[in-house]
Amino acid sequence: MPGLGSLRNNTLVAEFFSQYMWSWAAYLLTGLIHCALLIQVGAVGALFFIWAERKVSGRIQDRLGPTRVGGMFGWLQSLADGIKLITKEDLMPDGADGLLFRIAPYISFCASFAALMALPFSDGWVAIPINTGVFFILAVLGLEVFGVILGGYASASKWSLFGAMREAAQVVSYEVPLGMCVVVPVLITGTMDLVQIGTFQEGWFTNWLILHDPFTFIIFWVYFTCALASVNRAPFDLAEAESELVAGFHTEYSGIRWSYFFMAEYGSMFAVSGLATILFFGGWNGPVPITGWLGLTHETGPIAGYIGNFLGLVNFVGKTSLFVIVMIWVRWTLPRLRIDQVMKMCLKFCVPIAAVMFLGATFWQRQFPGGVLLKTSYGDRYVVTEADTAAPAKSKDSAKPAAKTAGEASPGQPSADKTASVSHRVTKGS
Amino acid sequence: MSQALLDRLKKKFGDQITGAKSTNLDPWIEVAPPALADVCLYLRDEKDLRFNYLNCISGVDYLELDPKKAAKVDWQPHTEVVYHLWSLTHKHSLVLKVILPRWKGDVAGELPEVPSVAGIWPTADWHEREVFDLSGVRFIGHPALRRILCPEDWVGHPLRKDYEMPLEYHGIRGK
Amino acid sequence: MATDLGDPRIIEFDVRTDEMLVNMGPQHPSTHGVLRLVLRTDGEIVSEVTPHIGYLHRCAEKIGENLTPRQYIPYTDRMDYLAGMNMNLGWALTVEKLLKLELPEKAKHLRVIIAEMGRIASHLVGMGAYGLDLGSFSPFLYAFREREKILDLFEKACGARLTYSYLTVGGATHDLPPGWLQECEDFLTQLLPIIEEYHALLTTNAIFVRRTAAIGIMSAEQAIGYGTSGPVLRGSGVDWDLRRDGEERYTELYDGYAFEVIVQKNGHYPNDHKYPAVPGVAVLGDCWHRFYVRMLEVMQSIDIVRQAIDRYSRASGTHGIPVKLNEKLPKGEVYLETEAPRGQMGFYLVSDGTSIPWRVRARSSCFSNLCVTHELCRGCLIADVPAIVGSLDIVMGEIDR
Repeated sequence: MPGLGSLRNNTLVAEFFSQYMWSWAAYLLTGLIHCALLIQVGAVGALFFIWAERKVSGRIQDRLGPTRVGGMFGWLQSLADGIKLITKEDLMPDGADGLLFRIAPYISFCASFAALMALPFSDGWVAIPINTGVFFILAVLGLEVFGVILGGYASASKWSLFGAMREAAQVVSYEVPLGMCVVVPVLITGTMDLVQIGTFQEGWFTNWLILHDPFTFIIFWVYFTCALASVNRAPFDLAEAESELVAGFHTEYSGIRWSYFFMAEYGSMFAVSGLATILFFGGWNGPVPITGWLGLTHETGPIAGYIGNFLGLVNFVGKTSLFVIVMIWVRWTLPRLRIDQVMKMCLKFCVPIAAVMFLGATFWQRQFPGGVLLKTSYGDRYVVTEADTAAPAKSKDSAKPAAKTAGEASPGQPSADKTASVSHRVTKGS
Repeated sequence: MSQALLDRLKKKFGDQITGAKSTNLDPWIEVAPPALADVCLYLRDEKDLRFNYLNCISGVDYLELDPKKAAKVDWQPHTEVVYHLWSLTHKHSLVLKVILPRWKGDVAGELPEVPSVAGIWPTADWHEREVFDLSGVRFIGHPALRRILCPEDWVGHPLRKDYEMPLEYHGIRGK
Repeated sequence: MATDLGDPRIIEFDVRTDEMLVNMGPQHPSTHGVLRLVLRTDGEIVSEVTPHIGYLHRCAEKIGENLTPRQYIPYTDRMDYLAGMNMNLGWALTVEKLLKLELPEKAKHLRVIIAEMGRIASHLVGMGAYGLDLGSFSPFLYAFREREKILDLFEKACGARLTYSYLTVGGATHDLPPGWLQECEDFLTQLLPIIEEYHALLTTNAIFVRRTAAIGIMSAEQAIGYGTSGPVLRGSGVDWDLRRDGEERYTELYDGYAFEVIVQKNGHYPNDHKYPAVPGVAVLGDCWHRFYVRMLEVMQSIDIVRQAIDRYSRASGTHGIPVKLNEKLPKGEVYLETEAPRGQMGFYLVSDGTSIPWRVRARSSCFSNLCVTHELCRGCLIADVPAIVGSLDIVMGEIDR
């Protein structure tokens, strides 16, 4: 019977509840809890980031930004805006395609929030543990563009149509280098499971994949550029380029529907930033392994593990927010590219660089497995088990992925049973 | 502009140069409407003249509606089109004037005509449209003589002295 | 690249899709007011641009036929509302030319100070708004921050922040208040390093350069033929500035000032070693050069204002000579152009001998600058249209009058 300590996986949460109720009700309850939590992340996140956008842009531009609503710092400004947006008239142009026009914002909104389902917020804290989480997020985020295209097309406005077509061209192109960038961490860790990729970078910041080798260092910047482009942030905000296309795809939207597009935008900003954090910046593992020192791990006990996870969550959200703020910073600094320059940048720079870095990382992985720069920091934290030595594929590696995933035969097939793999890991340092 | 230029133009174009006034602060030369394009082309292309920059085309309407004042004025009602030219090469300027009747053939409503210089200075395109729009002068040979400041369906030419503001325009009260 | 149409491998040449007519404006974020551009587009490519103006027509010329010249001063403010001082100056000089007024030394230097400060303010807005056209929001606010300080100075001098009516027939309405010169000096001192920031944010920014260099190239012949003026004309490499080349009545204001016309000669701008280098991709006459000329003119105006402050404080005479509100105008007609920030602003005044002009004509600089748009925008992308129109730095109040 699973105890509180196993609250690291939603299946186990459901099992925990099923001790007290019917199992179908337990699963339903679990689902609802996850939904509620995620929508909170999305909604509160969007509110926070919109506030942050206004505040940061204000400071960048020598202004104060919002100062009054909610007392200090205008922290309730987004809520006030939201209330205003809800009370606004829901306009639709006469010539618009009613159904498509109405559902378009929801499609964007759902796509960007669905991506959060597979995003682990801390060690094992993920709504739906998917062993191909990386590609799930990319694929689902890619769906956001449908809402934009539909909205632009259905608006019966030429400016909206221009915006939609630009978005389609741009996002589809940038999916390619984005996918290539994401493959590199997958290649190094040998898994597409985001929880395992995060766990792989446990310990000091030197274990973060961005510092793994020169190729990962470069590819992070490519990833960040492509992520900016794929979530339509300046300097790639061509779909809503206000000085050219009035407001692009959302020219004709107003009120709450308009705000759904914005929530979607901030949701996907959060998602790609979260992905960057997990893939390159250690996820919930801080620059300093405080949780390890304090013994706040699941090995110590369930409560300690829970606290450790919570600290990890704070860590993760902090780093992700930092990336979002960098995106905001970039937006208020740079002029906008032109559509042909955006496409050229993708095809002539991002794709080739990503491809070369991918090959380089492959080569590095073969020649210096485990990373040559900071190799010593690995291995220290892992105990090589018999299962690892039995795995011939990883004999050169300092038994790093093997140590924690003893249950799996090869890196390409991550274990479905994560708890099993985690239990093999022993932290020495603490 | 110097007397020399006036003599030169008179020699070249004969009685097409209908007059001049050198006592004004900006002396001007009057050109007969049919010869305007030729004179302008000459002024632009002669090596030592090179009036390559057209500053402005202005229409001036001369009509005194008040009969008391009209008795005192020393001119007959007419319309002038004034061309202000500069030469960026030689740094000198010139004023050309074309004197037109207020209405072509004195038929009210028929706009007076003058050849267009849009082919000589491209900037004349818009300036001539403006003079057409506000002063009511038709430029023959203009590529697209449409109103520019007033709406396309506006009636009348506001800078004419006998212009009367329409009482109503698309439901908007005019007075 | 010449395409051999006889090539059997070419099965279809010049594939065109349906063309679309798009109205850019009169309500559009980057048409600087109420300009309406009708774009004929094939996808993102613009094949034809037709500007439509007149949405801000306020009958300024007709009003001029009903007011005395001094009463008309406030109407000139509202022409180029970003450089009201320079509009005042142009009209005042025209009337003074007709009246044959000679101004005291002090009034002339005061006019130089005010006119050049107006030029700085106007170019700052031009710069900021151009950044906005290209999608860079922040420089706009930086520019306004500095402009506010100029407006503060103007407010101290004349009480108004936008429509000044300060430079009037016969000089200025008031003398500069005590301490004003020092404040002006302080402002200029702190503005200089900030200009460097603007260069970093825009002039030398890689994206900015790629968006503006070799876009909307206007040859010198085109620039002259279309009657463009000001930074637009000089951006095409035409060495022409009315402050140096204009009529005696205007150039005498600038007599004895050390300044060079900002224009590229032999591949160099005056003192260009002090400023960011011209990028290799930029072509003379493109949007980048027009922008750069404006930026350098700000630096130059700072220099002129400093000289003017020095000469003003040593000059004799008063800030102006009294002119009656209904001063009788001598019979005659005058035309005078001045170098306003956006180009040559000309006034044509016909007088029949009464105190009210027979005819007033305002020759707008932006009007002529804008009429070249259709040439510059032919075959560009939609995103280039704001870049090109923005580089002409138009103010609709002046175009439509």
